[in-house]
Amino acid sequence: MKSLAELQAIKERMQGKVALREGSSDKRVVVGMATCGIAAGARPVLNAFVEQVNEAGLTASVTVTQTGCIGICQYEPVVEVFEAGKEKVTYVKMSADKVARVVEEHLKGGRPVAEYTIGNAQL
Amino acid sequence: MKELSLNLLDIAENSVKAGATLTELLLTETADTLVMAVRDNGCGMTDETVCRVTDPFYTTRTTRPVGLGLPLLRMAAEQTGGTLAVESRHADAHPEDHGTEVTAVFHTDHIDCPPLGDLVATVTTLIQGHPDTDFLFRHSRPGAEPVELDTRQLRQILGEISLAEFEVLQWISGYLREQYDPPTA
Repeated sequence: MKSLAELQAIKERMQGKVALREGSSDKRVVVGMATCGIAAGARPVLNAFVEQVNEAGLTASVTVTQTGCIGICQYEPVVEVFEAGKEKVTYVKMSADKVARVVEEHLKGGRPVAEYTIGNAQL
Repeated sequence: MKELSLNLLDIAENSVKAGATLTELLLTETADTLVMAVRDNGCGMTDETVCRVTDPFYTTRTTRPVGLGLPLLRMAAEQTGGTLAVESRHADAHPEDHGTEVTAVFHTDHIDCPPLGDLVATVTTLIQGHPDTDFLFRHSRPGAEPVELDTRQLRQILGEISLAEFEVLQWISGYLREQYDPPTA
């Protein structure tokens, strides 16, 4: 059974790690979580990013955050990737299944997945 | 919205945007009804605004002139023969005691009642996105122990460790899922 004592143990394990990590994130994954995003399926997309960024060991360089309506509701779920010194990449009509390639090729490999981006989208 | 847990997530996001430091997500089931309430201590709304919030062409967003969150919840509730009520105390008029409470009543025996869906994912998503505000989640069902999570309690244990840390989120998810489905010892 999960207990609060287990949470205490997690805290103790984390304390060392977190100090190392602060301020080092260089990529930011932002998922649109307004009504339009949620209705289109943004929740599983967000959770897939959170999970897979962690599994890929990228938590030191990538943060996953949420935002409100990005303004292109017909393309939801929309995910934006920001990186210092580079142009923003906008992924549209995302699904949890598409997340693996974005994590592997873009967040890890540095090459955006062109076919998922808004430039390639057909309405 | 395919599941009520998505409506819940959507409405709770409004509370966070209204500056709430505590948002309560309260679900109470009886044999044939479900009451879903979101109560926050955010900035609240004026009476005039409250009258307009279930109008789809009223919104505070600036990206486009449509706001469907509360209208969709109202539709989901009313199509089961249920109701939606919004009560609010605006911070200007009630500086000490402001906030909003949205209460939706569903008749769960109605054929048009949507499934509850993944409530645990809704709670972890809220915490992941807003680790610095507090959430109280309580789901009471007939014949079962209530499922409960209070981030204030977790915060006390975690100290400066963020609730959005992956291991913490995983623990929260497991903690809730075990309450829904206790392991057989």
